[in-house]
Amino acid sequence: MMIQFHSVAQFLAMGKYAAYVWPSYGLTLLVVVLNIFWARRLLAHAQRDARRRLVMQEERV
Amino acid sequence: MTWTWFHRLGSPPYVYRLAGRLTPWFGWSAAVLIVAGLYGGLVLAPPDYQQGDGFRIIYVHVPTAWLSLMVYTYMGIAAAVGLIWRIKVAHAVAAACAPVGASFTAVALATGSLFSKPMWGTWWVWTPRLTSELLLLFLYMGYMGLRASFDDTQRADRASAVLAVVGIVNVPIVHYSVVWWNDLHQASSVTLTGKDTMATSMLVPLLVSMLGFTLYFGALLLVRLRGEILRRERAAAWIREALA
Repeated sequence: MMIQFHSVAQFLAMGKYAAYVWPSYGLTLLVVVLNIFWARRLLAHAQRDARRRLVMQEERV
Repeated sequence: MTWTWFHRLGSPPYVYRLAGRLTPWFGWSAAVLIVAGLYGGLVLAPPDYQQGDGFRIIYVHVPTAWLSLMVYTYMGIAAAVGLIWRIKVAHAVAAACAPVGASFTAVALATGSLFSKPMWGTWWVWTPRLTSELLLLFLYMGYMGLRASFDDTQRADRASAVLAVVGIVNVPIVHYSVVWWNDLHQASSVTLTGKDTMATSMLVPLLVSMLGFTLYFGALLLVRLRGEILRRERAAAWIREALA
């Protein structure tokens, strides 16, 4: 395996497929990053809610 | 053989702690493999003799399509285990799978569409492969919508699990659609039987990328699973300890 492109411009042009290749990669990476954010947010909210429940229980006792 | 490991996997505190410890291992190995796989696919792999550099879309299209089916399979199995043995952690796994699976099914459809336009001359055709993959997206969305319609997590778990289990029928339909019918979509280039129809220099980055996305899903599942477990545990003493 070796580098297939001779210049950055040639790499960015992707043959004549730049308009299809780059949006595919961009969208995929966007959703990859969003999923990390969403998963961490879910856990953070669940931890926050669990802490609240613990505090409410302690107040009741 | 002892079954203690299996029983432990039904224990929320044990799974919560184990998931927390495993997350960085999955996350970082996934990051390395995805970067390596995509670099290999974009830069190192030779252009396709028919599709030129346009074929490089497969390095994101195939792993996301693979995730769409794998995640649904996990979701369906976890839902079935939850229904049959009434294991809370299993329902938590199924609930954690859905949003990830849905988003990557959408990405697989979108990147497929971006691949389809230059190669087939159209953004969309109603062939069995594309139609069944679209149905997969609707199954994920139906599952999440059904969950959201219940306030009570336990009732949401049981109702949505039935849909998840029934929908599993669609998974082999998506996978074998290109074999059973004369689909415009090309047949699989990667098979478990080893009769791959791709050059090694093209195949290796694809396999690395697929493994990377699989481990990435593992990391997401572990993080979501911890959240879903916390949601299901009320007044458990271990939560105080775990959150300390």
